[in-house]
Amino acid sequence: MIPQAVDYKRAGSVSEAISLLAENPDAKILAGGHSLIPAMKLRLNSPSLLIDIARIAELRFITAGDGAVAIGAASTHNDIISNADIQSRFLAMVEAGELIGDTQVRNMGTLGGSIAHADPSADWPGVLLALNATVKVEGAGGTREIAAADFFTGFFSTALEEGEIVTEIHIPNPVAGANSSYQKFLQPASRFAIVGCAVAVVITDGVISEAKVAFNGVSGEGAFLDEAVSTALLGKAATLETIEAAVAGAAEGIDINEDHYASKVYRKHLAKVYAKRALVAACEL
Amino acid sequence: MPKISVTVNGTSYSHEVEGRLLLVHYLRDVLGLTGTHVGCDTSSCGACTIHLDGKSVKSCSLLAAQADGSSITTIEGLAPEGELHPLQVGFKEEHGLQCGFCTPGMIMCAADLLEHNSTPSEQEIREALEGNICRCTGYHNIVRAIQSASGQLETAAP
Repeated sequence: MIPQAVDYKRAGSVSEAISLLAENPDAKILAGGHSLIPAMKLRLNSPSLLIDIARIAELRFITAGDGAVAIGAASTHNDIISNADIQSRFLAMVEAGELIGDTQVRNMGTLGGSIAHADPSADWPGVLLALNATVKVEGAGGTREIAAADFFTGFFSTALEEGEIVTEIHIPNPVAGANSSYQKFLQPASRFAIVGCAVAVVITDGVISEAKVAFNGVSGEGAFLDEAVSTALLGKAATLETIEAAVAGAAEGIDINEDHYASKVYRKHLAKVYAKRALVAACEL
Repeated sequence: MPKISVTVNGTSYSHEVEGRLLLVHYLRDVLGLTGTHVGCDTSSCGACTIHLDGKSVKSCSLLAAQADGSSITTIEGLAPEGELHPLQVGFKEEHGLQCGFCTPGMIMCAADLLEHNSTPSEQEIREALEGNICRCTGYHNIVRAIQSASGQLETAAP
């Protein structure tokens, strides 16, 4: 499978990439290319120009700050899961990253590329929702910081405006008693999520004082925070009974995806099962 | 057309290439290094695995232009001319191949594993090979071949 003819330019800096994007409205940003190039090979996408940002040093870093860990958008999945600051803070990120594709894919694919692509079955969107991440984007008009909950807007859709590039992802540092987990039922060939569930909880004196439960793969409209499950956990003892009662209402009122891998009924069932597994792991039960 | 400069198996090359040229086709059709195979062509099977700056990647899902400035190792460059890499010996001795189509990718992936973990457990080997598909062997002898190459297999006396 051969992509349609395309020009290629490697940007040396974020500002150069933004200028190139402004000059070439049909251009696409290329990072690891592990979503874009397969789509181009299938002729689902035929940009006139690829602007390669993978080697821009200012986009490939992981820095632990006082309030948050900042991850450069061009950090690969393997950069993230092998980073000690991520490992010690965000178990859900490590668990999710390890389940993306395979070693070779994780060596190329990037966090920024995955979230800008916003495949409804991709793993990072659910994780960023549960961990209350902020996405920093930059365009000709300057920079914006967008809460993950506002960034993902639907089927392969984000709050990115024309000419903007994802530059950084900020994940707030965990408070005392915080823990997270990501569990997924994967499609064995693509390893995309049929159902993926990311949870972040804070447990204070045995009681769940904060909870965020997010799903990807469940809805064709993309990753979403399940407010009903999250709310049902708040103020309750961190026990199996609490979790089972809360996940009984998982994915309620959601337009659940149906395809040849899983029916609506099966996906909804899996949502409850994987939410329970993720919560049990995060509550260390 | 982008002009790329790469070092492949220790030799430097410069070519003008089409922007859309895939790295695997550059290696096979421009450089004649046909040891890197095109299997599924959808980044699932791993037959096209090479090392890009020391990391295993699937060359069917990269553009040649993305490799500009990089150092590449293919199966042809894993061992000096006329010699076999320990993994190649392992695959030969432990019957780690039947049709052989997946073998270059298997070996390049395994070489990346052994670079980071010189004595992987059986489970670690199987997990490292999750992106490489073999339709002949059932993987059993591939795992043994990698255990052999990492000195973890007691081979029976001939």
